[in-house]
Amino acid sequence: MQLEIRNLDVSYGRIRALHGLDFSIDKGEIVCIIGANGAGKSTTLRAISRLLPPHRDSTMTFEGHNLLEFQPDKVVSQLGISHVPEGRRLFGNLTVMENMQLAAFARKDREKIKEDTEQVFSIFPRLKERVSQMAGTLSGGEQQMLAVGRAYLSGRRLMLLDDPSMGLAPLLMLSMFEALREINRQGTTILLVEQNARLALKFAQRAYVLENGRLVLEGLSSELLNNPEVQKAYLGG
Amino acid sequence: MDLFLQNIVNGLQWGSFYALIALGYSMVYSILMLFNFAHGDVFMVGSYIGFGVATALLGLAAATGLPIPGWLILVLTILFSMFLTSFVGMFIERVGYRPLREAPRASAAITGLMIGIILETGNLAILGARRLSFPQLIESTTYQLGGVFVTNKKILIVAVSLGLMYLLHRFIQKSKWGMAMRAMSFDFQAVPLMGISINRIAPLTFAIGSSLAAAAGILYGLAYPVLDPYMGILLGWKAFVAAILGGRGSILGAALAGFLLGFIEIFVAWIFPSTLRDVIAYSIILLILTFRPHGFFGQAHSTQLRL
Repeated sequence: MQLEIRNLDVSYGRIRALHGLDFSIDKGEIVCIIGANGAGKSTTLRAISRLLPPHRDSTMTFEGHNLLEFQPDKVVSQLGISHVPEGRRLFGNLTVMENMQLAAFARKDREKIKEDTEQVFSIFPRLKERVSQMAGTLSGGEQQMLAVGRAYLSGRRLMLLDDPSMGLAPLLMLSMFEALREINRQGTTILLVEQNARLALKFAQRAYVLENGRLVLEGLSSELLNNPEVQKAYLGG
Repeated sequence: MDLFLQNIVNGLQWGSFYALIALGYSMVYSILMLFNFAHGDVFMVGSYIGFGVATALLGLAAATGLPIPGWLILVLTILFSMFLTSFVGMFIERVGYRPLREAPRASAAITGLMIGIILETGNLAILGARRLSFPQLIESTTYQLGGVFVTNKKILIVAVSLGLMYLLHRFIQKSKWGMAMRAMSFDFQAVPLMGISINRIAPLTFAIGSSLAAAAGILYGLAYPVLDPYMGILLGWKAFVAAILGGRGSILGAALAGFLLGFIEIFVAWIFPSTLRDVIAYSIILLILTFRPHGFFGQAHSTQLRL
């Protein structure tokens, strides 16, 4: 197991958001968590990135490291877990290139950074045309490309993606998932949470269903796609 | 006309102090969204550190008999004091503000005020109430250009201030660390997701702001050689006004507004009795802020996303 989450409890103040989540991911897998708005999908990713503190009895291990001992920036720079957050959170006052340089800020391997930057441009040629443009002026699709490109540069052992299809036109969505599949082929494990359940289940190998902060179902994506309950609740009948 | 130009020159010098100090307020605000209300006192501490360094260097020159010229001592004093004062800034960040990052902004503001009082009274306790006279490291020469009198100190003060501002601008626009500071000013919560520790960017920002305040403190000592522990209060508050006037978090705005404040004060004092200077000058600024509540280059931050 590359990532192992046991009994993950997270609260916002007195409001409990996650109730004892248990799940794990193998190296090289594509796993998705589907669920309704407010089910706790983003909260789960943010807990893994250490942006939110879990309760005392929760454990999270990544490649043998206790995640709880790492600060958010070290999760990225030392463990190689990148996070494409909800809303993308690009630095709109910086150029596309600067956003990418910033993603490699903590890295020392100059040659490899150059190589990886070229790799990002080959996955998303559109970004290369826009290198000196302010990130805030990019279209929604380009912004998502840059957000994923940044993640590619900042940490590539595990990539956490929060609603990557959000706000994208159907055609762009498909090419985005094609790009993610390519990144996965190069060795990055992917954990994504999605509102677009159909898309996510077609993309991922395994899936979990999150309801009100609890994992209620898990299985191969193909099984869940054919599960009548999942179809009724998440796939529009 | 000559008098007008004379006041422009005087305003440039006076505005340099405000601009240098205002930059520190603005830089910290832009990345952490808090005003470091101890910053005026950091200016005071910087001036005292400058005094100490200059005195030590003069003593060293006298003891060794080396003919070190005054300008060299001044350059060394500025550089060394900026370096030392940057640690004061980093210390304030570490001890005063870092533990309060999740706390309401009011707590941080109050903490800043308390740190300021500690710096003032601490200085009083250590050095006593007697005022110190800043050593005059360079001989004052007056040049007459047309009907305008310019001293070499005035030229030096304005030149050093503008030079430091230019360096700051280059640093923020061109360096990797400056880039991280710009990113942090846009969305500080997203910075850790890039693998960058806020606990490295924040101290750096305090260090730079404090070193600029130290430079201002030494330049101020050259122009007005009397130091006392409370010298940073009024100047600090006025520089804070400049930071607001420039637009919260705007570096360019802080520098421009600092100079504007200097001009307004000097020109008001030229036209009106000098006892009315601040009343009239700050009424004007109040009026400006009524029409531009976010200052010249400020933006309302209410739209910023939360992670």
